[in-house]
Amino acid sequence: MDIHEYQAKEILARYGVPVPRGGLAYSPEQASYRSTEIGGSAWVVKAQVHSGGRGEAGGVSLCRSDTEVLRAADGLFGKRLVTRQAPGGKLVYRVYVEEASDITRELYLGIVLDRASETILLIATSDGGVEIEELAARAPEAIVRSVVEPAVGVTDFQAREIAFGIGLEPSQISEACRVIRRAYQAFVDLDATMLEINPLVVTGEGGLVAVDAKVSFDDNALFRHPEVAELRDRSQEDAREAHAEDRGLAYVGLDGDIGCMINGAGLAMATMDMIKLAGGEPANFLDIGGGASPERVLKAFRAVLHDENVRAMLVNIFAGINRCDWVAEGIVAAYRNLSVSIPVVVRLAGTHVDEGRRILADSGLPIRSADSLAEAAHLAVDAARGAGVPT
Amino acid sequence: MAILITENSRVLVQGLTGRIGRFHAQEMIDYGTTVVGGVTPGRGGTRLLGLPVFDTVKEAVARTAADVSIVFVPPPFAADAIMEAADAGIGYCVCITDGIPTLDMMRVKRYMRRYRAESRMVLTGPNCAGTISPGMAMAGIMPGHIYTPGRVGIIGRSGTLGYEAAAQLGALGIGVSTSVGIGGDPINGSSFRDHLMRFEEDPDTDAVIMIGEIGGPQEADAATYVRQRMTKPVVAYVAGLSAPPGRRMGHAGAIVSAVGESAQEKVELLQRAGITTVPDPASMGETVAAVLRKRGAPAVPA
Repeated sequence: MDIHEYQAKEILARYGVPVPRGGLAYSPEQASYRSTEIGGSAWVVKAQVHSGGRGEAGGVSLCRSDTEVLRAADGLFGKRLVTRQAPGGKLVYRVYVEEASDITRELYLGIVLDRASETILLIATSDGGVEIEELAARAPEAIVRSVVEPAVGVTDFQAREIAFGIGLEPSQISEACRVIRRAYQAFVDLDATMLEINPLVVTGEGGLVAVDAKVSFDDNALFRHPEVAELRDRSQEDAREAHAEDRGLAYVGLDGDIGCMINGAGLAMATMDMIKLAGGEPANFLDIGGGASPERVLKAFRAVLHDENVRAMLVNIFAGINRCDWVAEGIVAAYRNLSVSIPVVVRLAGTHVDEGRRILADSGLPIRSADSLAEAAHLAVDAARGAGVPT
Repeated sequence: MAILITENSRVLVQGLTGRIGRFHAQEMIDYGTTVVGGVTPGRGGTRLLGLPVFDTVKEAVARTAADVSIVFVPPPFAADAIMEAADAGIGYCVCITDGIPTLDMMRVKRYMRRYRAESRMVLTGPNCAGTISPGMAMAGIMPGHIYTPGRVGIIGRSGTLGYEAAAQLGALGIGVSTSVGIGGDPINGSSFRDHLMRFEEDPDTDAVIMIGEIGGPQEADAATYVRQRMTKPVVAYVAGLSAPPGRRMGHAGAIVSAVGESAQEKVELLQRAGITTVPDPASMGETVAAVLRKRGAPAVPA
């Protein structure tokens, strides 16, 4: 789960990492009021969307009066900010106003879960403000890395190595070590999967400030952090996905026209691959999970049909802890309860397959049945091509 | 012989008294697995499905001589259940639970380092379908009847895609020595490499099919091992050719977030290591059959 910059900064501030003074606004007037409240003579107005690359997309403005703050905020509210990471655009309905920082250097500090070493990795570079993936590809030697032993946490020497490694002055080392250790503490306390301070700024007075921050959390650990779960902002998510997730389904929206309903993540990916290799494009990833009841199958149908681009549907079930007869009942219920006007291809295998096939056959519904994965994909691709053509 | 579990395995069910644990315990018994008991803290001394229930894994091991455990404990308590099994001297543990926090699994892996490598418990999963040695025993939730006994090993991150592979092999008359689910989470108990090593040493396995997916460094690690050490043929399929980068495809670990983690990149890496890759997921069986024919192995009856 991702959160907004202002929320990430609130968390960092709570852990003692210095952040600029700022305030959240839901209207241009409120934004202008925030700048007066903060004081000073220069402010930054930042669109709050779940995406990097906001600056180059026009989502960040430096302002020198409250009128400029008002105008900048007015230009952002209600707009869909199109960034490199979010080509579809993300709706802006919150802006963050903060005091402009006196920047002498921009550094990068990241904390990530490292799957290769199965530990937490500290990453830092003196080349802040850039995208770390880009830098990793261009100049990997410019990145300082340190593997944290989870049982010990960040040691003093590790924090010092990083601080010296990114070229900080001796007088700044202890402050930098504090920032590293506190950010790490926030990461492990809250089950983050990624925490990024970019840039971590050295100010004119030599202090350190987190000028931008990003945190992602482990969805599997939200049960023990209700205060983190509350930070979720559904307006930043794909509407189709939010809809499906509310119904307990794992759904990822894509751009194709063949709706998919499968059990198991791996089989779902493989079925999508098969559709693609057969010349079609999947409209979604959808895993109905194990032990799916006819009701859950009906909900899954609804989630797939919610996407107006879907011109054919492919149901591929290899039942282990699922039951083909329950899935078949769900499909029949979907035809009864929803207006299914597109062709549906169904491939059933595994537990109770004969009962499942019989339910579909007895229903008299125009379901195209397939015996194998390959046949199912080819039938679905043909159906999508033919759909809409009057017969 | 098969790997990890055989007809001699004595299986303990952690979380036996839950709805899911109880259901699958019965399925495993029906398959012919020797299930010797269950563990549910606070329910010790009772019986379920004719099996004794214990409060702790240590007590269960002492009383039943269990050497394999299968964990159906809910996510908040599953990591602890795995560590308890490791500490009680269980030799092989399958964790079925989906939804364990990643930091919990990281702690489990570090905890297990306290045991010497040669006596350390082998863990597969979490978030997997389990392991089956067809005709002998199963510690898992798979439909046992789709597996034919034979001489091809299966290692997969996905459960249902593993069923698909077994069914495709079975349709061609090719049987399975052992099928191991390593799970779909970012941190797994064990890797493709760990089980490729076991299959390499297993005299009853002639070839292995590994079923990977997008995300993580595991397939690359397996490729290195195969190139350097493996003498038996390996066939691989990587799911997620059509998965967009940065999106999580169902499994917590199925996300392309770094260079080398996409299906295309993994396929190329595996091919460079001399592994035969499967062109499309409907050809897993045929590709294995072709590899076996080339080697002259008698796994496909005429």
